[in-house]
Amino acid sequence: MTKHEPFIHIARRDGLAWWRAWLIRLAAAVLALLVSALFIYSLTKLNPVKVYAAMWEGAFGTPRRAWITARDASILLCIGVGLAPAFMMRFWNVGAEGQVLMGGCATAAVLIYCGRSLPTAALLGIGLVVSLAAGALWGVVPALFKAKWNTNETLFTLMMNYIAIQLTCFLVAKWENPKGSNSVGIINQQTQAGWFPAIAGKQYLLNVIIVLAVAVGMYLYLKYTKQGYEISVVGESENTARYAGISVRRVLIRTMAISGAVCGLSGFIAVAGASHTISTSTAGGRGFTAIIVAWMAKFNTFVMILIALLLVFLEKGAIQIASQFHLNDYASNVVEGIILFFLLGSEFFIQYTVRFRSHKNKKEVAPS
Amino acid sequence: MTQLISLLTSAIVFGTVILYGAVGEIITEKSGNLNLGVPGIMFLGGIAGLAAAFFYELHAAEPIGFVGLIVSFIAAVAASALGGLIYAFLTISLRANQNVTGLTLTIFGAGLANLFGGSLNALAGGVGQISVATTSRAYRAYIPSLAGLGRVGQLFFSFGFMAYLAIVLALAANWFLNRSRVGLNLRAVGEDPATADAAGINVTRYKYLATCVGAGISGLGGLYYAMDYIKGTWSTDGTIEALGWLAVALVIFATWKPARAIWSAYLFGVLYWAYNYITGLSRASIELFKMLPYVVTIIVLVAVSMRRSRESQPPKSLGLSYFREER
Amino acid sequence: MAEDFAVRMVDITKTFGHVTANNKVYLELKKGEILSLLGENGSGKTTLMNMLSGIYFPDSGQIYVDGKEVVIASPHDAYALGIGMVHQHFKLVDVLTAAENIELGLPGGPVVDRKAVAAKVRQICERYGFDVDPDKKVYDMSVSEKQTLEIVKTLYRGANILILDEPTAVLTPQETEKLFAVMRNMRDDGKSIIIITHKLNEVLAISDRVTILRKGEYIGDMETAKADARSLTDMMVGRTVTLNIRRDTPIDPQRRLEIRNLTVKDAEGVTRLDSVSLDVYAGEILGVAGISGCGQKELLEAIAGLQGTVSGSSVKYRPTGPEGPAEELIGQTPRSIAEKGVRLAFVPEDRLGMGLVAGMTLVGNMMLKEYRSGKSPLVERRHPHDMAQKIVRELDVVTPSIDTPVRKLSGGNVQKVLVGREIAMEPTVLMSAYAVRGLDINTSYTIYRLLNEQKRRGVAVIYVGEDLDVLLQLCDRIAVLCGGRLNAIVDGRTATKEEVGYLMTYLKKDREAGA
Repeated sequence: MTKHEPFIHIARRDGLAWWRAWLIRLAAAVLALLVSALFIYSLTKLNPVKVYAAMWEGAFGTPRRAWITARDASILLCIGVGLAPAFMMRFWNVGAEGQVLMGGCATAAVLIYCGRSLPTAALLGIGLVVSLAAGALWGVVPALFKAKWNTNETLFTLMMNYIAIQLTCFLVAKWENPKGSNSVGIINQQTQAGWFPAIAGKQYLLNVIIVLAVAVGMYLYLKYTKQGYEISVVGESENTARYAGISVRRVLIRTMAISGAVCGLSGFIAVAGASHTISTSTAGGRGFTAIIVAWMAKFNTFVMILIALLLVFLEKGAIQIASQFHLNDYASNVVEGIILFFLLGSEFFIQYTVRFRSHKNKKEVAPS
Repeated sequence: MTQLISLLTSAIVFGTVILYGAVGEIITEKSGNLNLGVPGIMFLGGIAGLAAAFFYELHAAEPIGFVGLIVSFIAAVAASALGGLIYAFLTISLRANQNVTGLTLTIFGAGLANLFGGSLNALAGGVGQISVATTSRAYRAYIPSLAGLGRVGQLFFSFGFMAYLAIVLALAANWFLNRSRVGLNLRAVGEDPATADAAGINVTRYKYLATCVGAGISGLGGLYYAMDYIKGTWSTDGTIEALGWLAVALVIFATWKPARAIWSAYLFGVLYWAYNYITGLSRASIELFKMLPYVVTIIVLVAVSMRRSRESQPPKSLGLSYFREER
Repeated sequence: MAEDFAVRMVDITKTFGHVTANNKVYLELKKGEILSLLGENGSGKTTLMNMLSGIYFPDSGQIYVDGKEVVIASPHDAYALGIGMVHQHFKLVDVLTAAENIELGLPGGPVVDRKAVAAKVRQICERYGFDVDPDKKVYDMSVSEKQTLEIVKTLYRGANILILDEPTAVLTPQETEKLFAVMRNMRDDGKSIIIITHKLNEVLAISDRVTILRKGEYIGDMETAKADARSLTDMMVGRTVTLNIRRDTPIDPQRRLEIRNLTVKDAEGVTRLDSVSLDVYAGEILGVAGISGCGQKELLEAIAGLQGTVSGSSVKYRPTGPEGPAEELIGQTPRSIAEKGVRLAFVPEDRLGMGLVAGMTLVGNMMLKEYRSGKSPLVERRHPHDMAQKIVRELDVVTPSIDTPVRKLSGGNVQKVLVGREIAMEPTVLMSAYAVRGLDINTSYTIYRLLNEQKRRGVAVIYVGEDLDVLLQLCDRIAVLCGGRLNAIVDGRTATKEEVGYLMTYLKKDREAGA
């Protein structure tokens, strides 16, 4: 008796040693860089090694460049950290872009309306609180509908982004300075009221410190607190959560408040600590990029640091080669896309084994 | 009245872009694949069409608009289908997460398109912005005798052929999904892949084909935008991305029905441009007006989930992967 | 002679891992007859039929269709041979119409000719007495309509040999009558039908012959006309096997749970548990017997606060005996029950999907029920850590470490972890559902030993089981459920296997039997 069995058999791996998993990811990254190199060469006929060297130069060449890289990576990281609890709960929060913008708008409002009357410390304190609240609000709305009517959260949070973007445009037009510029300009440029203070002479050190603290805090929260435990139970199985007496709705709403709040915090840092202005590019697509950061790091905030740095390095490097070789800096998105495609694909080889089986072997395992 | 006609005309042009995006995405989603790479695919379609026309016009001694049109049309469909193929390979064969893969495709497509859109002319040794005037004229050609029929002519006959093609495609997609055998099987795949599999339908093949064909159609939205909407040039202002997400919104608003997407697309256009025709609006409140399409989409999304009407739900397996051995 | 048989299955053996589902099973189906395939849960009936319909492939043995040896490697092959099976879980697409579901995946022109499909469906319906509206959407159909549609679908696809897997489990008596009528019509039209069932009355009512399986073995077949309920029961349950399970006499059994009028309806409004009234005593093991899906799951989940109940239902918990204070459990959540100090342990049927978190480590799973204790916002890890180590040591759990996700453990070890955790909470009530399903002999005995220890400690133990030998040798009393109703409560020491088997399949008119 012969059975027509598929020639290729795919089976879930029982778990791979962590170093082998990382070896596969590394191989994917190297492969991606080779493909990118081919792409760059075909476009510019430049030596890709030189191009990569120039990228390194662009991202870390001078202390100032390194600091800007660190600043931008920390914002991306902060958003990724915000997404981690939602993703761990298997809640597809693709609304980070909007949550960041809302946090940014709230901060900008405080800086603009209270900039003359309050000292910087108070401005930062109030800005922090309102940005957390604004981000949380943007996260909780879809969660409420999900909890009550099981409304698709991916689509809902996606739409919330664009409401936030238009709201930001509205505020920019309202606050524009000078009139007719369609931009808010640098807020409190003379007084620097409500700006992050430089620490030890380093302008962006505070950004990095705050984000690292949040990253560590989130790691501890997810791993060691009762709430973090509840999040992972709900994410694994809602049935088990109910069995253990966990209110799934409450965890859903609470976790999305936290997720949104941390994304709002990223907006606070981006406005008060980095750009000192507000526009749609305060988020600038990083809310989407961070989704990839958080997903690929498997919710591990420390791995996120690595991935965030890699992506910002690519971006900065690409801007450098763009100006050096007369390309435009969208090249970075292309290289980013290629690398992400390869990394996403590599997960398959970590999760599954592919066997080409002989036709004689026809043992079946486990009943359905 | 003139104002109304002009509003409707611009709404139709606007709606056509997102109608292509939405019709393609509906076909993709009917197979159970939630492709958030629509903006990226529209970018790919737009730039591929533009680049093809550009090189044709650059190398032909006397470029003929119609040839440019054919060349760019094929290039746009091919490039966007290729984008769909990347997504399909990653999510179906390599089982990558659909949302993350889609977003990556959007980043990639936007990057590639803006890279070439911004520097193609420079790379080819030209100066200034890229422009494919001849081909764009062919896209925008209409029958003057019909368009000259007063208001009726302006409202119904003043558009390039792609505005009509979009309607035809939407109606064809509607017929395909509801009447044809393949469409029936496709809907079963998106609803309940295990049952489809048991009925002898090749789930993997259906998912691949639906994703690639859907992407090919979505990409036409980008082509129409580049050739007609902004008249054969390129702009790196991110409008395509915003339109791409509106196309995703439109899919929800139309509750996964291509025929409904036609008037919904024009409605989105009206909502989007309405501010132009309301006097006394500040520039700030204009921005609030542009929010309307997204707000109504959320309302529809919530209403659908509250009513639980079985006819308006997303395909049941949307966003989920299907592996036979894990049943 | 051989041509008279539509199907012959000879020496069919099928194993899954270490479990032998079918061992040299023999089955023959004559042309134009209705054959009952009778056996208890887990006797291998569905596995055998899945091999005939191409879902599984036998390890060894031969299948003959119309006298010719055939290879059936897929449902497609089965259809080509005219074999169609209606599964217990319907394979229908909700948002499509009846006609669309019937036509799904079939070859044909680019356009589905709805009129032609509808006409052919009507023709089939008229011929056999079905009632199917081709334009009705599946989501608008009742369970019985869906089943009818499934049968019409197999006929439409040209099936001459029909397999129905427990078709009456979801039907009302009236609907069952209707189904039997069309089955007879189909038989008279020359179709051959196999009906999988464990209800004796149905075997006697519908079939021409009956084939009996027990524990994966072929026991025999006989003409239905020569059989009666007693003889069939004997063949189905077999002779009593002595298991040597220890059973102590309960010491001072006190009433701990008073279940009154417990009624549960599911989402579709079907009554799953029908006014069950029952007492559970501390220091005894109460067995719950019944065919699967007769309300066992609903009974336990209602007590645990996981299942909505119909008003009038009541479960009173009396920690100190019948005279002491009482706590009403109905209307509470698992959390509020725990917070009131009711130490209710529950080993659910779905171990990895409900009792444990599959992706979490042993330690993480130990915390599931006690993580809330204490005021600190942090989870306490020391105690669960020690607890995991203790369970691994005392119950011989085979695991690389206590930091291994439970998903990676074998079924028996998973169950030890779950039961170990539930016992570690020092419960006053312990409920278990199918606690030894899929476990090897040694692990099963470990579970019996643990349950007996709990009984000696004065815990009220509820044991929902499917193996009658175990129920009769482990439990002090056995409540027999039949179709969501409590049919009787029998003494575990004096009841016979035949008696319980009979009570599982025949609802007594005397409703007061056990209460």
